[in-house]
Amino acid sequence: MPFAAAPPSEPTFSGYGLGLRKEHYRDFLETQVPVDFVEVISENFMVDGGRPRDTLRRIRERHPVALHGVSMSIGSADGLDRAYLARLRQLVDEIEPLFVSDHLSWSRFQGFNSHDLLPLPYTEEALDVVCANVTMAQDVLQRAMLIENPSSYVAFDGSGMTEWEFIEALCRRTGCHLLLDVNNIYVSASNHGFDALDYLTGIPADRVRQVHLAGHSQGTDMLIDTHDRPVPASVWTLYEHAMARLGPVATMIERDDAIPPLGELLDELAVARTIGRNADRKAA
Amino acid sequence: MNLKALQHDFRAWLVDGGEDDAARFDRRARPGLLVYQNNYRSQLVACLSEAFERLHAWLGDEAFLAAAIAHIDAETPTHWTLDAYPSAFPTTMARLYPDDPEVAELAWMDWALARAFTAADAAPLTSAAIAQVDWDRAGIVFTPSLVMAEIATNAAAIWSALAADEMPPPVRQLPETASLLIWRDGFTPRFRTIDPVERGAVERMLAGGSFTDLCAALVEDMGETGGVAQAGALLGQWVGDGLIVGTGAPDMGTFDNVWSTDARP
Repeated sequence: MPFAAAPPSEPTFSGYGLGLRKEHYRDFLETQVPVDFVEVISENFMVDGGRPRDTLRRIRERHPVALHGVSMSIGSADGLDRAYLARLRQLVDEIEPLFVSDHLSWSRFQGFNSHDLLPLPYTEEALDVVCANVTMAQDVLQRAMLIENPSSYVAFDGSGMTEWEFIEALCRRTGCHLLLDVNNIYVSASNHGFDALDYLTGIPADRVRQVHLAGHSQGTDMLIDTHDRPVPASVWTLYEHAMARLGPVATMIERDDAIPPLGELLDELAVARTIGRNADRKAA
Repeated sequence: MNLKALQHDFRAWLVDGGEDDAARFDRRARPGLLVYQNNYRSQLVACLSEAFERLHAWLGDEAFLAAAIAHIDAETPTHWTLDAYPSAFPTTMARLYPDDPEVAELAWMDWALARAFTAADAAPLTSAAIAQVDWDRAGIVFTPSLVMAEIATNAAAIWSALAADEMPPPVRQLPETASLLIWRDGFTPRFRTIDPVERGAVERMLAGGSFTDLCAALVEDMGETGGVAQAGALLGQWVGDGLIVGTGAPDMGTFDNVWSTDARP
């Protein structure tokens, strides 16, 4: 049954959360961690059984859960993996997540899976492919997906539109929502020489349902999206601009490597809360 | 360049990394292409290192990295989950270390224990439930986490020592080939070395035989008293281990329970 995309609507603000990592499972299972939601990597729980699924069920009893995928490969020219979608649907049905998201990228092509978020050319042809894949995913999942803007290290000649123009068209044509990764905007703006504020102005603000905040590192020739350090001042500044434009949006800290004690991440989340509330007050 | 051609060429660059592959993209893209290729290969190395922790400790960093690179060069990932990528590594290790069978055996143990960790849930039958079974017709359904492989060395002892962060014993050949049974008990993966008699019994049950057939076979081999006692001992052991999750017709074909020793040179 085709999924009927809803018209743009007021975002349902869901507060401030953290990416749940195994180093903090015990904290989340045994204490009352002051977050409004947690986000997990979908694929880590798309397993047959065992402790991972049990842990997620118990976490879900305590917190709303967002499912964030890395393997849907919505930019694959040869379509989506139906076995993957069936597994994801099973998890969605069980967890009843707050959001289901994946990336504007590709990782799989003709039986090969890179397990990396590879860049797309922003062409009309690629837009047709991504729209068809997102539509199929939404039909299977029977819900609107959130698509995350990637950080990228290559831009292709022949891209006829900017990334934000591509995203605006994708949201308009499929009814999908947007997971705005502020760090990814900063990294890609630095790597490809565009203005991050132009990006914020160009995206469809009414489609943004969630925001990611993370850190990056300086590579040899460009910024690398490493998620292994605190959110830097430059990304906090861009987040302030984003909040001024978007209004209240569910926001979380996404740390994937060099995982610190939970308290450090909660301290970062408190900064996000303050910025979000200040933006609300100014808007009021 | 259309999208299919671009993704074809990008894949070639990631897998082969040749100058010809890079030349298909704009020269200015080269630094970024290097980032993606480094991400691709380093992620696969990290995946193998995490999945084969004891093997890594046994071989040491240099030898493990060389083996991982050989595997990555030979095997591209195909499945949607990265968890599937390590499955062929034990076979690669058997090819790389034909004269050191403990290496492939350690690799298989690491992989099988990780696989058991996320295998499908199934509640084991209790002793009380077992006591109600009509054994004249019943087969045994083992937990879906169960896997089994032949071993020729003391790899199990080496693995246990490495897991306990103790000095592992020197490699030695077993007096006769044994088998290793791996399964998950509750949420904890476990293993146990079994003799050829138990292996034959497990294989008979996995193949769909009834427990009565197993008793008859054991009686034929060991005589009435010994055969019946052996069957009872095996049943008690399997119940105690939490291996039995049903007594209807076994559910065949959902996964490979037995690692093919044909993969070894």
